[in-house]
Amino acid sequence: MTEGNASIPIVTIKPDSGWQVINVAELWSYRDLFVFLIWRDIKVLYAQTVLGFMWAILNPFFQIVVFSVIFGRIAKIETDGIPYVLFSTVAIVPWTYMSTSMIAASQSLVSGQSMLGKVYFPRLIFPLTPPLAKFVDFVIAMVLVFGVMVYYKVTPTANIVYLPVFVILMILVPIGVGMWLSSLAIRFRDVKFAMPFFLNLLIYSAPILYTASAIPHEYRMLYSFNPIVAVIEGYRGMLLGTEMNWSYIWPGMVSAIVIFVTGAFYFRKMERIVVDVI
Amino acid sequence: MTTAIKVENISKQFRLGTKVEKEDSLVRALFSTIKAPLQNYRRYKSLYSFRDNDLSPDILWALKDVSFDVNRGEVVGIIGHNGAGKSTLLKILSRITPPSSGSIRIVGRVSSLLEVGTGFHPELTGRENVYLNGTILGMRKKEVDNKFSEIVEFSGVEKFLDTPVKRYSSGMRVRLAFAVAAHLEPEIMIVDEVLAVGDAAFQKKCLDKMQDVGSQGSTVLFVSHSMPAITRMCERVIMLKAGSVFMDATAHDVVSAYLQGERDNTAERIFTDTDAPGDTEVKLHAVRILTDDHRVTEAIDIRRALAIEVEYEVLQPGWVLMPTFALWNGEGVNVCVAVDQDLTWRKVPRPPGRYTSRGWIPGNLLSEGMFTVNVTMWTLEPVRKMQYHVTDVVAFQVVDTLEGDSSRGDWKGDLPGVIRPKLIWETGSNIK
Repeated sequence: MTEGNASIPIVTIKPDSGWQVINVAELWSYRDLFVFLIWRDIKVLYAQTVLGFMWAILNPFFQIVVFSVIFGRIAKIETDGIPYVLFSTVAIVPWTYMSTSMIAASQSLVSGQSMLGKVYFPRLIFPLTPPLAKFVDFVIAMVLVFGVMVYYKVTPTANIVYLPVFVILMILVPIGVGMWLSSLAIRFRDVKFAMPFFLNLLIYSAPILYTASAIPHEYRMLYSFNPIVAVIEGYRGMLLGTEMNWSYIWPGMVSAIVIFVTGAFYFRKMERIVVDVI
Repeated sequence: MTTAIKVENISKQFRLGTKVEKEDSLVRALFSTIKAPLQNYRRYKSLYSFRDNDLSPDILWALKDVSFDVNRGEVVGIIGHNGAGKSTLLKILSRITPPSSGSIRIVGRVSSLLEVGTGFHPELTGRENVYLNGTILGMRKKEVDNKFSEIVEFSGVEKFLDTPVKRYSSGMRVRLAFAVAAHLEPEIMIVDEVLAVGDAAFQKKCLDKMQDVGSQGSTVLFVSHSMPAITRMCERVIMLKAGSVFMDATAHDVVSAYLQGERDNTAERIFTDTDAPGDTEVKLHAVRILTDDHRVTEAIDIRRALAIEVEYEVLQPGWVLMPTFALWNGEGVNVCVAVDQDLTWRKVPRPPGRYTSRGWIPGNLLSEGMFTVNVTMWTLEPVRKMQYHVTDVVAFQVVDTLEGDSSRGDWKGDLPGVIRPKLIWETGSNIK
C-alpha cells in the first residue's frame, strides 16, 4: 500500500481487495512500536504481584508436580525408562509457553479493540506480540528444566545444535494459530469459550504426559502432523537423548508452516475490516 | 500548489447487525434457541458482505460519493451534524477502516488524533507511556528521544514522570497524551475534537499548537462542533450532510450556512399536555430561542439580539404572574436572571388563557459560547408560590465573527470574559 521514497510516503486507500500477502516492509517500518508493545506486555504482565517473574517458574512447576503424582506415581505411565519428573518437565515448559501464547494471541484483536478503532498500524502486530513477549517467561522457566536435568545428572546430547530449529518451530505454532483464531474471534466470540477445550484436546493429543512410542505404528504418521508433537519430540531428543526420529518430526514442521502461511493470508483478508465487525 | 489528499468518490456502508426476529411463544422461543447457532453464524458471517442492489434495511450508508482535494498546507475544517459521516471519513483517511468504494491518495505521513491517549497503559509510568504512545502514533523511537524534553515541558507533569499513569489525575493524563500528539511532525494531521479535553488554559495551548502546525506548512483536517474554533482555525470548511459533501467553501460561508440551517431541538422545547410542568394554576407549554427576525435557532450571531420566549397557559383566574428566566454559561456561571417587566400585566391578575412572554437580550452583550436557560414561574397574589421551575430547558450558542465589528475588533485569538459588550470607544491624542 505504501509506495514512493522514504521521505514522502504516498499511500493509496482503496476498498478491500481480497487476498494479500504480509507487507513485510510496512511491518519493518513499525519495528519500534512492535518492540515497545512486546516490552509493554512483559512489563505489565506481573505488575503489582508479589512474586513477579517467579510466576513464570511456579505455574509450570505446579503443573509438573500434579502430573508427576497422577501420571508418574499413580497411573505409572511408561516413559522409556526416563524418570517421570524429568520426562514431563522437558515437555511441559514448552507446552506452557505455547498454550499461554495461543490464548493471548487468539484474544489479541478483541482485547485491543479500543486501540484498533483509533489509530492505524499493521494489525499483524497484535497476534505477533504475545508469542514474543511470552518468550521471556519461557526462558525463565527453562531454569526449571536445567535444574531438573542437573538433579538427574542428565546432559544435553549433541542434538542440542537443533535448538534454534525447535525454538523457531515452537514460536511459529502459536503465531500461526493466533493469526487464525484472532481474526475468527473478531466475528465469533465463541473462540474464547472454545479455547479451554481446544487446549485440553491439544495437551492430550501430543506426547506431553505419555511417550509418542505408545501410539500404534500405523497411526504414528497421522499423529505426527500435529506440530506440537514435533516440538515436544524435538525438545526430548535434544535434552534427554531420546531418539530424534525426523520422519515423525517433519510432518509437524510442514503443518506448522501451513498453519502459519494460511493464517497470515486469512489474517490479511480480515484485518482491514476488523473495526467494522468487531 | 501540490495536492496532499485526493479523495475520489468515497462511499462507505455499514451493516447495523440488528436482530430481526422476535419470538412470541415459549415453544417458538425454545425452537429458535436450537436454531440460533446457525442463524447467528450467518449473521456474524454476513456482517461484512454486501451484494449489489442489496436494499436490506440493515444497511447504512455512512458516506456516499464523497470527493474533494486538499492542497498541501491547507487547514480544512469538517463540520456536520451527528451522523453526517465526519467520523467515518476521518477513520477512512487514517486507514482505520477501508472504504466500500472509491479511492484516496495521500501524499505525506499522516497522524490522526481521533482520541488522545490511545494505548496509554495504566501500569506504565509517564515516561514509558510517552514512548509507547509516541510509537503508536507513528513516531520512531529516535524521534521521541529528540522531542522528549519538549513533550514533558509542554505537558507540565515533570514531577510525575516515573509514577505509573494510573496514579495520575485524569487532567494530567490528558495533558501528557496531548503533549505527545502535539509533537508529532506529520505532513498531514487529522484532528477530531481534541479540544474537548482539559481546562480552558490547556485548550488554548492546544489551539495555539495546532495553529503552529498549520502555519508550518502542514496540512490539517480538523473536525469539530465548535464553530468558534472552526472559524478561527480554518480558511476552508467542508460541510457534510447525510454522508455527502453538502458545501465546500470558505470558512465564513460554510459556518453561516451551517448556523442558518441549524434547527436543532435544543433551541425549542414544546411540552405536551401530559408532560407540561406546572400545577393547577399555570402550565408551561413551550420555550424557544429566537433571532431578531423571529426564527427559532440554536446559534446566535454575537452582534444580533436574541429572545427567550416562554409560552404558558393560565388555568385559573385571579393570579398575578411573574415569569422569570435564568441564563447559565458553559462554565456553570449564572450569567443573569431576568423577570418579566411588561407593564400590561404588572401586578394585574390575569384571566385564563395562553400567554407568551418574550425577553430580548441585545446583541453585543453575551460572550461567545454555550448558554443554557432555566425558566421559573412565580405567582405573587393571592399567594406566593412557585408554579414551575425547569432547568436546562433550552440551549443556544453565541458565535463571534471575525469581521472586526464586534467587541473583539481585529483580535483573532482567544478572548475570555463572561460578557462581551461592545463599548463606546474614544481614542485620540487630545480628547476631552
